[in-house]
Amino acid sequence: MQIENLISVDVFCTNHNIEISFVRSLQKMGMIEIATIKETEFIEVNQLQQLEKIIRFHYELDINLEGIETITHLLQKVNSMQNEISALKNKLRLYDENE
Amino acid sequence: MAFLDYYKILGIDKTAALKDIKNAYRKLARKYHPDLNPNDANAKKNFQQINEANEVLSDPEKRKKYDQYGADWQHAEEFEKAKQQQQSSGSRRTGFTGAEQEGDFSSFFESMFGGSAGAGRGRQVKYRGEDYTTELHLELIDAYKTHTKTLAVNGKNIRITIPAGIENGQTIKIPGHGGPGINGGPNGDLYIKFSIANHPTIKRLGDNLYTTVDLDLYTAVLGGEITIDTLSGKVKLTVKPETQNGSKIKLKGKGFPVYKNEKHFGDLFVTYVIKIPTNLTDKQRELFSELSKS
Repeated sequence: MQIENLISVDVFCTNHNIEISFVRSLQKMGMIEIATIKETEFIEVNQLQQLEKIIRFHYELDINLEGIETITHLLQKVNSMQNEISALKNKLRLYDENE
Repeated sequence: MAFLDYYKILGIDKTAALKDIKNAYRKLARKYHPDLNPNDANAKKNFQQINEANEVLSDPEKRKKYDQYGADWQHAEEFEKAKQQQQSSGSRRTGFTGAEQEGDFSSFFESMFGGSAGAGRGRQVKYRGEDYTTELHLELIDAYKTHTKTLAVNGKNIRITIPAGIENGQTIKIPGHGGPGINGGPNGDLYIKFSIANHPTIKRLGDNLYTTVDLDLYTAVLGGEITIDTLSGKVKLTVKPETQNGSKIKLKGKGFPVYKNEKHFGDLFVTYVIKIPTNLTDKQRELFSELSKS
């Protein structure tokens, strides 16, 4: 794991004005991963977008962690269905105009 | 610049208390938040309006001004101007100062309150800017090769590289080219959705291409050579004798480049459509007749 791809949990929480305990709760629920290097906790940069989305759900929309977990699963399903629809639409194009 | 009834947008009464406004906002935000409605332009528009309504109605000063002038908000402009200039000359000026920001709020809001202030949340947090989405139309042949394109996004020109093999409906993310961050937060991202037009003769499914080729009866029966057009140029094909109508052949590696792996290609499937000769001469008819008896 390269250090430049990590952001310390402390810095992240200070910037977003959130409690460290919130991030740890997310880790406990398996919604994000925290890496510990020399006793400092880090979040991988590629998780930031998802984490910021979770923060918006919690702090802006007042959704509790269980709700966020459910929403995350449903959004994954929506995403996969949107991809499937897109693939099917492309398949249908094979029969357009040609027939 | 249409007047927006913020009370109607939030579904609340004009006498609603701050708590009711917050509750109404949260309820609607949970319904229309863009994070909960990916790729839904209507939800995004609704969210923008409820956000704006909340921004105004949950701020006592802004609410007072809105309540005072409401639908006649243009008079608020004149009133403010008169106050500032003390002695009004009666001349017309458009727009308040500081209304240059754009994106999150309607022009109605910006005229009244001078752009997105970001107040009212209670937390001075660095917010990531809004994500922008746009659609880019390409011809099939354009998607066949990696190429660059310059796009104008909100007045800025962005040069992007479009990798060969991009799919119809696929979205790519250009980090940092979305809306500006709030309170020093990072910029949002730009999402470009590709719409690839159908080719008149070649169809695509994933990395494979499909085409039909007309074959005259004699070549189909006796075999021969034909030349067909592909996206990579002309290709000579050997037609086997006694080729049946509707039979398919596969040209390995003559399909579409694999996305982000453009040294690899899909296959091209060619379907033969055998054309029966028309307007036969007497001699030809005689020969066919003889053939039919053999």
